Amino acid sequence: MRSLTPRSAAHALRAALALAAVLAAANAQAKSIELLNVSYDPTRELYVEYNAAFTKYWKAKTGDDVVIRQSHGGSGAQARSVIDGLPADVVTLALAADIDSLHTHGDYLPVDWQSRLPDRSTPYTSTIVLLVRAGNPKNIRDWDDVVRPGVSVIVANPKTSGGARWAYLAAWGYAERKYASKDRARDFITALYKNVPVLDSGSRGATITFVQKEIGDVLLAWENEAFLAEREFGQGKFETVVPSASILAEPPVAVVDKVTERKGTADIAKAYLEYLYSDEGQDIAARNFYRPRNEAIAAKYASVFPKLELFTIDDFFGGWTAAQKTHFADGGVFDQIYQK
Amino acid sequence: MSTYSRSPLTPSAAPFTATAARSTRTILPGFGLTMGFTLAYLGLIVLIPLLAAFVRTAGMSWSDFIAAVASPRVMAAYRLSFGASIAAGLVNMVFGLIVAWVLVRYSFPGKRIIDAIVDLPFALPTAVAGIALTSLYAPNGWVGRWLAPLGVKVAFTWAGVFVALTFIGLPFVVRTVQPVLQDLEPEIEEAAATLGASRLQVIALVLLPELLPSLLTGFALAFARALGEYGSVVFISGNMPMKTEIVPLLIITKLEQYDYSGATAIAVVMLVSSFILLLLINLLQKWSRRYHAV
Repeated sequence: MRSLTPRSAAHALRAALALAAVLAAANAQAKSIELLNVSYDPTRELYVEYNAAFTKYWKAKTGDDVVIRQSHGGSGAQARSVIDGLPADVVTLALAADIDSLHTHGDYLPVDWQSRLPDRSTPYTSTIVLLVRAGNPKNIRDWDDVVRPGVSVIVANPKTSGGARWAYLAAWGYAERKYASKDRARDFITALYKNVPVLDSGSRGATITFVQKEIGDVLLAWENEAFLAEREFGQGKFETVVPSASILAEPPVAVVDKVTERKGTADIAKAYLEYLYSDEGQDIAARNFYRPRNEAIAAKYASVFPKLELFTIDDFFGGWTAAQKTHFADGGVFDQIYQK
Repeated sequence: MSTYSRSPLTPSAAPFTATAARSTRTILPGFGLTMGFTLAYLGLIVLIPLLAAFVRTAGMSWSDFIAAVASPRVMAAYRLSFGASIAAGLVNMVFGLIVAWVLVRYSFPGKRIIDAIVDLPFALPTAVAGIALTSLYAPNGWVGRWLAPLGVKVAFTWAGVFVALTFIGLPFVVRTVQPVLQDLEPEIEEAAATLGASRLQVIALVLLPELLPSLLTGFALAFARALGEYGSVVFISGNMPMKTEIVPLLIITKLEQYDYSGATAIAVVMLVSSFILLLLINLLQKWSRRYHAV
């Protein structure tokens, strides 16, 4: 090192002061920001990858560092945590009804939250498929085989799990379409739940019951969970059976206004969700087995996602509010199945 | 120190202790201070959180309350929770006594290890216990695969709930009976024997009466713990409505549907009924102690 002369010392001091001033100025508007994304069970892998991409994108765009923390659990339980005070900047849950509850219990976001982002605030979609054991020993080809006596079905409790609610609606929709009768659909669902030996409270729990505890012949799974189970546990052990028709599951995302206004993170939270619709965001979703909305990206991954007929919740159930009330509320159809 | 036993009351503690001293004439100092701490601590840690449950419920109309706590599904859960908890407590009373007996009366290699194993259910996270028990007793598990051909199903039936509750309750009985048994000198049994008592008579007329209060305490603790147990049970019970849903699971299910008042209503019923049961057991224990002390 050079020895310090008084003159160079003064220079150094001036430079240091200038640097400090610049840093202070930068710091005043661009400190490291922290976001909390409260999500449901099977999105762990998706958001690990997406958060890294968004952090990089945001750094390049604004120079700010953003740290994104994630929280995962059953969709309903996660919504309740936010209502109870978990400071989520954004929620990315399994179904619209859970985000609706953030409006009805505590007014965390406006009632029209779903129209604030494109595609009803669902940047990616999924569906419900059937995961069976290698070789498909019970010869399960479609929903009709799932309700056959002697087939053991694993699915979570629809009252607490978002994925299980989609699975219930998928089976119901298939039956109602096939028989054109709500009564027949109800018999179909009753037969299905007769075959269920365990009701876990969340989708991940049900997957673990099926995959690791080796219970049941068929798992009614999120499409992305089925892919993951195949990938994580070796391809020889499970097979995905794509039914002839299933539901278009829309897991929506939303900014939690009440929290972001308090924390001053409204803009970045909005950008975080909007980036999900970008080419990179859509690509990451597809890589994690969520069906992208973007047509070009969807075409790129066309070979990954099997083609099947997809109906929406509006087709048979009149939207989430009605479906929730008829089927899953206390005393609803699902409860009646077990009361008999 | 000389000031330890009979120091005059300090001025700060005087307002409390003056009355206490007048009424009880205790020679131990510090009653006011420790009683104050006790009340504050109990209030903060136990009573205020429990009070919240009552306050929540107070907002419900009577018919809503009845609908929430007496629907068929909830009734089925009460039957399972109370039934399995009592059954598990009773079984632990018998086998906990035997374990305590072996640990106190005999010495053998590995005794310390067995003694430590008894505490494991205390220390193990209950979810771990639940997962372990489930994989053992599931139809393809180590134990379950031998039971399945016999037509015995444990996992995902009420029997699974019972197994899990027995597992977590064992240490309570052993650890309450053990010290009492330790104080009970073998000479008493020998004296009974020299007076002509048969082995069964020694157990039934000499040992059991002495051990009954501690057995009851052990039962009460194991029972109370079993009633509130959640983590281990949800894995092995299968959680089927009307069949294998325990009350704590119903409370959680209600919460996850944002039905806070429904959840607290069930909680209040659980609270009141377990409080009454524990009170009864305490009275029984007091009675048995007085009866046998004379």
